[in-house]
Amino acid sequence: MAREGEKKAGAVTRMDLAEAIVAQTGVPRADATRFTDALLQRISDALAAGETVKLARFGNFQARSKRERVGRNPKTGQEAPITPRRVVTFRPSQLLRQRVESPPSGTPRRERRD
Amino acid sequence: MLRSELVAKLQAEFSHLRPELVEQMATVALDQVAEALEQGRRVELRGFGAFSVRRREARQGRNPRTGATVSVAAKRVPFFKPGKELRDRVNGGDA
Repeated sequence: MAREGEKKAGAVTRMDLAEAIVAQTGVPRADATRFTDALLQRISDALAAGETVKLARFGNFQARSKRERVGRNPKTGQEAPITPRRVVTFRPSQLLRQRVESPPSGTPRRERRD
Repeated sequence: MLRSELVAKLQAEFSHLRPELVEQMATVALDQVAEALEQGRRVELRGFGAFSVRRREARQGRNPRTGATVSVAAKRVPFFKPGKELRDRVNGGDA
């Protein structure tokens, strides 16, 4: 299985998104905080309603239905049915893939050795 | 739901702010996530989920048309893991 990417300076949180909104648009912090929550809430609402959310240049979130299948308790090895369910998948846009695949020069990379 | 529809809903909810400003706020938020991933950082949005970067090792691939072997370089790909609240809501719960 793929390993996690390198971690630097802690994870970006809702608060960081709100801070960026304040810094780049000048809206009051209270609006930026509420907005960040509302943005994620609207996306969640659509997914909960079974809708696909297509965010141009970012990626698509989809609520996909999984059929029932046979699973196994990894500890006991016993077979058990996995009930049909709906799960969320995210497919990054081509643009986001490209940005992540090859970071801009100047970005520190763990692989660097000079 | 398209990005434009999402923005329209937010513009209605934040009607005390100029619509262009609300659109810009959405752009900043999404750009911020992309920028973090570009730098290899994780983005943890409580209740919603976490974005991270996963590394795909270099591998031997094949050109499906010619069958020629090509080496595919190691690369990094964005990954999203839904949070518990979102998982439960989508799966019929009402959390």
